[in-house]
Amino acid sequence: MEFRAASDQAVLVYLGEEIGLVSHQRVCKLLRLLQEEPLAWVRNLQPAYCSLLVSFDPSQVDHREVESTLRRYEQRAGKLALPEPRTVAIPVCYGSEFGLDLDEVAAIHKLSSSRVIELHTSRTYRAYFLGFAPGFAYLGDLPSEIATARLATPRKKVAAGSVGIAGTQTAVYPFATPGGWRLIGRTPLEMFRKDREPMGLIAMGDEVRFRAITPEEFAAWPPP
Amino acid sequence: MAAAVSSLVVETPGLLTTVQDLGRPGFGPLGVSPAGAADAVALRLGNLLVGNEQAVAALEMTLVGGRYTFPRGGVIALAGADFGANLNGQPIEMWIAHAVRPGSTLELGLTRTGARCYLCIAGGIQVERFLGSASTHLLSGLGGFAGRGLRKGDVLQFGAVEQSIRRKKISAKALETLKPRKTLRVTQGAQADCFSEATTRAFYEGAFRVSEDADRLGLRLEGASLAPESLREMMSEGVCLGAVQVTPSGQLIILFVEQQTAGGYPKIANVIGADLHSIGQLRPRDEITFARVSLEEARALWIAQERLLNSGEELFA
Repeated sequence: MEFRAASDQAVLVYLGEEIGLVSHQRVCKLLRLLQEEPLAWVRNLQPAYCSLLVSFDPSQVDHREVESTLRRYEQRAGKLALPEPRTVAIPVCYGSEFGLDLDEVAAIHKLSSSRVIELHTSRTYRAYFLGFAPGFAYLGDLPSEIATARLATPRKKVAAGSVGIAGTQTAVYPFATPGGWRLIGRTPLEMFRKDREPMGLIAMGDEVRFRAITPEEFAAWPPP
Repeated sequence: MAAAVSSLVVETPGLLTTVQDLGRPGFGPLGVSPAGAADAVALRLGNLLVGNEQAVAALEMTLVGGRYTFPRGGVIALAGADFGANLNGQPIEMWIAHAVRPGSTLELGLTRTGARCYLCIAGGIQVERFLGSASTHLLSGLGGFAGRGLRKGDVLQFGAVEQSIRRKKISAKALETLKPRKTLRVTQGAQADCFSEATTRAFYEGAFRVSEDADRLGLRLEGASLAPESLREMMSEGVCLGAVQVTPSGQLIILFVEQQTAGGYPKIANVIGADLHSIGQLRPRDEITFARVSLEEARALWIAQERLLNSGEELFA
């Protein structure tokens, strides 16, 4: 456990050095304990792969007190049992206008497009954390055969529901936003709705699987 | 006497006018950034002038004001940057409440000072709340008025209006203390150690220009290139409001109210809480510098600023 001041009102807590389940579960446990036993001075919590950003009210506490309190929380958090992960299934129409970069990704790795789809749908991914935009879940790890660098120049606008890959991560864009991930498909599902409970389709810690659907199925979604 | 709900009509919306309050902190685990007023100090003072709670929703105008009519009148105050406001053709003062007669037109032009002006209205702008806040989150189209900037013809409701109006100004002394700064005070960023001494010196001694690419998500700066020396492959981590990120090409980006919540660029510094509202008044082509303070100094400055903002009568002339 390592601390760094991120700002005059926030501390970064590092709980590991490698992306993977071990670090992920430590982050999940500390986050969970902070949510179950909230501290009056915590303003916001932002988990990531191996870290948790804790924003606090400096009128109530200083960095030293924040760190010693978090240290005590972390010791207890280790004993928490995390719930079994939920499994979320995401139907995806791969390629063509839905996945503008699918053919290029295939070409980069000297694979056929259908092999890229096969590999992308072959795994159960872990939702390491949500960030970037509401409901945007960082999912990993992608099979190394299709791990691909981000676009050199991000797109100004990516359609909502777009499925992208970047490095060994994959994600679904919940909203039409700018984006630099390589797009391989699109889901007809609404990833984030404010009139739904929970609002986001994917939560931190969930297991996620992708399933290929046809353009016809996409157009007629939801299936009768 | 409390009147019924009243309304204002957008005749022209200016460049970008949104509904903002003090935001929705606490939803990081959902990937939702707090949003909220870019100059929270101006919003809070404006609300106090019209007798609202400090956190009530108002209109945030950007660089160009727009024209608004009040079919049934109301009580308003303007705070933040000076957009040269006229009420029914007559110039009106900022930082003081005005009674607006039914059928009046408020017109605001180009900014004369900073980037954002707040139109605060007694009773507060009423919109459906998203995660407890009225703030517009433009990137996701959530919150505020239909999740977007205002358009011609939009009609916004505001709450019950008290008939009494107090004509007290915010004191010149308080305004001077809270004035937006061009030298932003910062504390060390989480990756400050990735940068060489020479680069660190260039950051603190150099001047930077706000580029045209400056909005509620972040402000890109122009100036000396500050490429980090040893850029170890950085994993994405949570990022703070006011983080000063350095891109691989050495450009600076200050993350702002509608920021992405996580990112993988190293942070050389972070703007202190007491100066965050100053970022909201920066315009493209403004020249800024950074001054380093300790965590203790930053905390003392924050506590002093909060004390002033919550001091009640001390704020008024």
